[in-house]
Amino acid sequence: MKIGTCGSVESNDCLITVKESSGITIHLESIVKEYFGKQIIKVIEDTLKELNITDVEVTCIDKGALDYTIRARLITAIERMNKNA
Amino acid sequence: MRRSLLFIPGNNPAMLQNADVFESDAVIIDLEDAVSISEKDSARNLVKNFLNSYRLPIEVIIRINGMDTDFYQADLEAIVSNNIDTILLPKANPRDLIKLDQILSKIEQKNGLTKKIGVIPIIELASSILDVREIATSPRVNGLLLGAEDLSSDLEVSRTLAGDEIFYARSMIAISCRAYNIDAIDTPFTDVRNEEGLLADSQKARGLGMNAKACIHPNQIDIVNKIFSPSKEQIEQALRILKAFENAQKEGKGVFSLDGKMVDKPIIERAKKTIDKAKRFGLI
Repeated sequence: MKIGTCGSVESNDCLITVKESSGITIHLESIVKEYFGKQIIKVIEDTLKELNITDVEVTCIDKGALDYTIRARLITAIERMNKNA
Repeated sequence: MRRSLLFIPGNNPAMLQNADVFESDAVIIDLEDAVSISEKDSARNLVKNFLNSYRLPIEVIIRINGMDTDFYQADLEAIVSNNIDTILLPKANPRDLIKLDQILSKIEQKNGLTKKIGVIPIIELASSILDVREIATSPRVNGLLLGAEDLSSDLEVSRTLAGDEIFYARSMIAISCRAYNIDAIDTPFTDVRNEEGLLADSQKARGLGMNAKACIHPNQIDIVNKIFSPSKEQIEQALRILKAFENAQKEGKGVFSLDGKMVDKPIIERAKKTIDKAKRFGLI
């Protein structure tokens, strides 16, 4: 199975793991899930759409990352997953 | 014209987000030594997305990986945009600077940039000291930064608090930069807890003709800005000289005296530079 990971569990960062899968599944663990969970999911969905990714399982452990960090970590995780082919 | 340039690690979101809250004149986002080899790709993507999301109100400089590595081309492809101002090039030499200029021109054209990206070479090899005049006059170069740690390694000498081992390098860089009217940027002071040491080191660098200093911790910025800014007394004296010059011109005098001392062209030029700096740094 192809897997890619990027980021950290330090403050203001997030750790994203992506696995090749059928369809899109997103798991989110966040210290601010109650307030920003929907926004974080939207950033992940929008980034996957931009990258034309339709079959992936994304796990995001968020430690208060801003949108640009979530996006950047996801892009790198996908690139690493594709390199692991 | 710069005084303080703050290094920020390129793969640290918390530090990137605070890049502009300190009062440095420029921020150097580091893709080189502050980023481990296994994280070069993530740092590149993080910095690119950060700069696409936030416009910093200060000069944005990116330290790319050296042109002797496999990373520099990907760095340039990812981060050269209207969001940045300057590339900081490690282990600079004249041949690499010509190549860098060509690569930047291609990327600028391809991406439709509305500005020309500047370059600050890092002088951190013995050979770079010998080539410093050629480096200073290479395309896009608007400052030179002394990298004393790597230079000392190349010279096989130890770094000392007194800094005698970098006296010649500092002088050579300062003189070259003055000659070609670009910034002479001093090496960072690496003991972030030693404020007295930083003060003395900054004064020494300024005394040799350096006009700016890189910082590796926000706590260093206040001291560096103070040392590399004109003092209140210097500004007041410069204003008096320029006023007296204005009066002398009205009276048709080429040379005049102030407080019993002759004032001639070099003194007037220095006063003008002091006022330019004071205005640039918001001191008047």
